[in-house]
Amino acid sequence: MIPVCRIEDLPEGESVRIEAGDATAPIAVFHTDGAFYAIDDTCSHQDASLSDGWLEGCYVECPLHAALFDLRSGEPTCLPARKPVRTHAVTVVDGMLYVHPAVQTVPGQPVHAAPEEAVA
Amino acid sequence: MTAVRTVTVVGASLAGLHAARGLRSQGYDGRLVVVGEERHRPYDRPPLSKEFLTGDGDPGEGLGPLALTDPEEEAELDAEWLLGIRAEALDTAAGEIRLTGGRALRTDGVVIATGATPRTLPLPPLDGVHTLRTLDDALRLRAELRAGAERAVVIGAGFIGAEVASSCAALGLDVTVVEAAPLPLVPQLGEEMARVCAGLHARGGATLLCGTGVAGLRGAGRVTGVELTDGRVLPADVVVVGVGVRPVTGWLEGSGLALDDGVRCDEGCVTALPGVVAVGDVARLAQPGTARTVRAEHWTSGMLQGDVAARNLLAGSTVERFDALPYFWSDQYGARIQYAGRRASGDTVRILEGDPADGGGFLAVYERDGVPTAALGVDRPRPFMRLRRELARAPQPAGR
Repeated sequence: MIPVCRIEDLPEGESVRIEAGDATAPIAVFHTDGAFYAIDDTCSHQDASLSDGWLEGCYVECPLHAALFDLRSGEPTCLPARKPVRTHAVTVVDGMLYVHPAVQTVPGQPVHAAPEEAVA
Repeated sequence: MTAVRTVTVVGASLAGLHAARGLRSQGYDGRLVVVGEERHRPYDRPPLSKEFLTGDGDPGEGLGPLALTDPEEEAELDAEWLLGIRAEALDTAAGEIRLTGGRALRTDGVVIATGATPRTLPLPPLDGVHTLRTLDDALRLRAELRAGAERAVVIGAGFIGAEVASSCAALGLDVTVVEAAPLPLVPQLGEEMARVCAGLHARGGATLLCGTGVAGLRGAGRVTGVELTDGRVLPADVVVVGVGVRPVTGWLEGSGLALDDGVRCDEGCVTALPGVVAVGDVARLAQPGTARTVRAEHWTSGMLQGDVAARNLLAGSTVERFDALPYFWSDQYGARIQYAGRRASGDTVRILEGDPADGGGFLAVYERDGVPTAALGVDRPRPFMRLRRELARAPQPAGR
């Protein structure tokens, strides 16, 4: 479990990139549509940081090639990305936002975030 | 066009692959043949001048992360791959493409995706002199850069030249970039922003020499230096020539297609010959609302044109136009440059974020009579993409 920030420090429409240590790839955390989401930060297509991406509802657009990812599932909805990014569970405890890095790495089987816990 | 039973995509490239994808996704279930001069399945070229050169580890024999397809998708595409084979001629009267070795391929539809090949200079063929376009080019250059080369000279300060120079600098080589023009990238970015981007070379530890041409090479067997037209000689262990590309249209001579620095098409990638479309770097498209034609060498254009061309090929007429906003990016010396839009000479530049003078990132908008025409971002991915979206939605000034 990795502390991200106080929830008031990540307002609606904002994102933050966290380095989760050597064992885990960087994670992007988003606040959009009234909920927090966490996915792998690096686009599954090419080297670009999704935390820099454009947010629209539950989707983030890769800032390099405009591939769209569903924040709930990590699945790309259009080319050029074809592979999903991993999703990570997010919790809020006493106003503090935490990410639980997914342990599985099987492509195509993302772990879903827990939306009931994620609502701010 | 009636009864399309075979479509042949000539060029196993990004654009060719997307045309193949487009054909299948739009319901084409006939025979699909992909002819590729390279021995590889489609792969991504942009990393070849960047992280592929600088990356750790052995790139190995396979395409690795460069691969644009995977076995699952290839099974879905159900294409016949003729790789390491070149198309030599197109004979539409006979409905044939002639391949290396005299083989003829019967086909009803043709997608021309033969791309472009690096321009060269009239220089002696010495070892250590490279161009960079293909994976095999990149593998050769990568190996030399790691085999003890200390001094690199890059001829041409366009995007490929700048990226290769940046990669050489990252590998610890002493790098000089030679540019014939007084300032590189002026046609693409305009003088003001070109000057800012040219400044990245110095920031990254490379030397940029502008306004001088290359007179010749030094060395016997292997290059040892580059002679400049101003008399200077630059010692070099490796030379990379990055002076642009020319579209690969030689095989189309005599086909009846209009060739004019590319294959002439309408605004939907459709040529004047029935059942023949062209996509990517080789395609010169009519620009809607103007008398101009445009041949884009952008990754995104190649990707997006495939789908449009496939739709029009199957429809037998132009039912969809390609009108995406031009977009490209470049990674140099740790900076990410992104450009989108259609700037023209005389457009003014307004800085929206950051300060180009302080060496950090910034976001700029090009304007004509107060109307945005293009956007340029350096290390400003998020606001850049917002501006790019606004530009894509807004009507463009007349004639762009």
